[in-house]
Amino acid sequence: MSEEGIPDDPLIKDVVRKSLGIWGAPAEDNRDDTTNSIVDKYKKYVHRKWVFIVVCIVATVAVLLLALTVGDYPLTVGRCYEIILQQITGYQFPQGRESLEASIIFDIRLPRVYLGILAGIGLAAAGVAMQSTLMNPLADPYTTGVSSGASFGATIGIVLGISIFGVPAQYTTVINAFVFSLIPMLVIIVLSKLRNGSPTTMIMAGIAIMYIFNAFTTLISLMAEPEKLQQLYRWTVGSLAMAGPSDVVVMAVFVIPGVIALQFLTSKLNILSTGDDTAKSLGVDADRMRRIILLIVALIAAAVVSFTGLIGFVGLVAPHIVRIFVGPDNRFLLPASAAFGALLLVVADLIGRVIIAPAQLEVGVVTAFMGGPLFLWLIVRKNSKVWG
Amino acid sequence: MTVELQDVAFSYHGMDSPVISGINLTLDRPGLYCIVGPNGVGKSTLIKCINKLNKPTAGRVLINGWDTRELSLKEVARYIGYVPVTTFDVFSMPVIDAILLGAKSESKWRTTDSDLEMATRVMKMLGIEDLAMRGFNQLSAGQHQKVAICRGLIQKPKMLILDEPTANLDVKHQVYVTELLRGLAETSGVIVLMISHDLNVAAKYAHEIIVMSPPGVISKVGPPEEVITEELISDLYDIECKVTLDEGRPHVVLGSARSI
Repeated sequence: MSEEGIPDDPLIKDVVRKSLGIWGAPAEDNRDDTTNSIVDKYKKYVHRKWVFIVVCIVATVAVLLLALTVGDYPLTVGRCYEIILQQITGYQFPQGRESLEASIIFDIRLPRVYLGILAGIGLAAAGVAMQSTLMNPLADPYTTGVSSGASFGATIGIVLGISIFGVPAQYTTVINAFVFSLIPMLVIIVLSKLRNGSPTTMIMAGIAIMYIFNAFTTLISLMAEPEKLQQLYRWTVGSLAMAGPSDVVVMAVFVIPGVIALQFLTSKLNILSTGDDTAKSLGVDADRMRRIILLIVALIAAAVVSFTGLIGFVGLVAPHIVRIFVGPDNRFLLPASAAFGALLLVVADLIGRVIIAPAQLEVGVVTAFMGGPLFLWLIVRKNSKVWG
Repeated sequence: MTVELQDVAFSYHGMDSPVISGINLTLDRPGLYCIVGPNGVGKSTLIKCINKLNKPTAGRVLINGWDTRELSLKEVARYIGYVPVTTFDVFSMPVIDAILLGAKSESKWRTTDSDLEMATRVMKMLGIEDLAMRGFNQLSAGQHQKVAICRGLIQKPKMLILDEPTANLDVKHQVYVTELLRGLAETSGVIVLMISHDLNVAAKYAHEIIVMSPPGVISKVGPPEEVITEELISDLYDIECKVTLDEGRPHVVLGSARSI
């Protein structure tokens, strides 16, 4: 390569010569002090993200163990640990006290904690994906109308007793909520294929569909009997008390592969969050990628909502809180938010179970009570610039 | 690397008349090409047709002989880098991460040392290495522009398209960035195509100037001394002007606008 034609300015000459390294020729300065310092700082920055993720996971496990001991039937941490160990080693619990204790742990308390963990992971990860995909800090897993569809499904199940596919009564709410929650997303995807699929269009379409569904839901609720209305209301608030061990498995089938799929798309999410033109110029088909991510998010959110009802807040705020500590790089933000979301829900559920015992406060209420002030404090304290 | 536009036209959805039409242009040699022309004439629309950000409504674009309609965005991105006019991120990444989005290896889970070295190198070229860990949204418009240029450079494209890369830069950096782009074109064999509103910067550094005039057509292509004439500038912008020669390159002295 010749230097012919490089402007005479020595500064330019120097810069261009160094730049040759970028296009393949050997670079002059491989590792000078500036480079070393930037590499060091960047590594520390990445290290901090890992620390945050690990702390959240460890804390979640600790809370899980603690949560197993809390309830009407007293069980110590040691006894819980012993029972779990016995179960793992294939110990046959004799009838009576031991079998009862094992049943309390494996049939009641553990499924509830697992449900909290799965819901937290699913909602927070889906929230991250939605905010980056739609380039909107107010987006959450329900932005495309998942919640309104689910509410409508649950309402016709609980109030009118309509069960689609004719499933047995105990599954009516779950199946109805799941099926109807997917409808708004499908409408949005079809719309975005017909017209343009810009984030704003998608959000507005989501709002439009939400109003339509909500109108029907309100109409039906107006003619509901009081006791059914109460049942419906409990569902709307969001609770971890509704599901059993088999439900945890079904939810996991949607949430775990969904979150893993999103994790694989995180580097594309990073590119998507810089805007459509930049994304396309970097080789990412923004419209197609948005539809794929929306579909995955809808499946995760639908699965969570169907079993737990509308647990708000986690999907919107967990990503924001985590962004303060981890930054907006989705490759780290997504797993960190998932871990934090799980922790938040498990802690909130635990508090809800003890704070007004023997009565229980639903987890949806506690997350908002806890997370709201925490979030406010962080906004003031951290004075973060991550939202621009 | 050759890029060929054959009879390209483009109209936005729902608009009757095309924004640009009958565009024929061949870029087959490395060099700095500047597109000039009045506001709204279709300069940005044209450059977006080259890398498939806009899909031409008529005609075709060939990259090394391949029709871009047959190429995926990913394949196009391998050849062409694009620096948009303004960027603003909703969630503010550190500058170095924002730049690394342009590096193909970013699609991997880990950011390697060589990625970071490369990013540092492009940041040094634009003199923004001190901003590496700064949040993108904490920067000024000019600094944003430099980050965007870095992101284009780290793609190592064979062709770099820039939409008004000097728009928010101070005079020193307008000259510096344009010189840098020319230097890149000459030493690295890159075709650099940029939109510029500064006729004198374009005239001083461009190898060729592409003039666009209403209604969205290319009216002239050639070296600055052939293209930048008093007649052309006054017709194009409806403004009085004088063109003098400065070291063999045309220099435009603007008079007053004739009408609005």
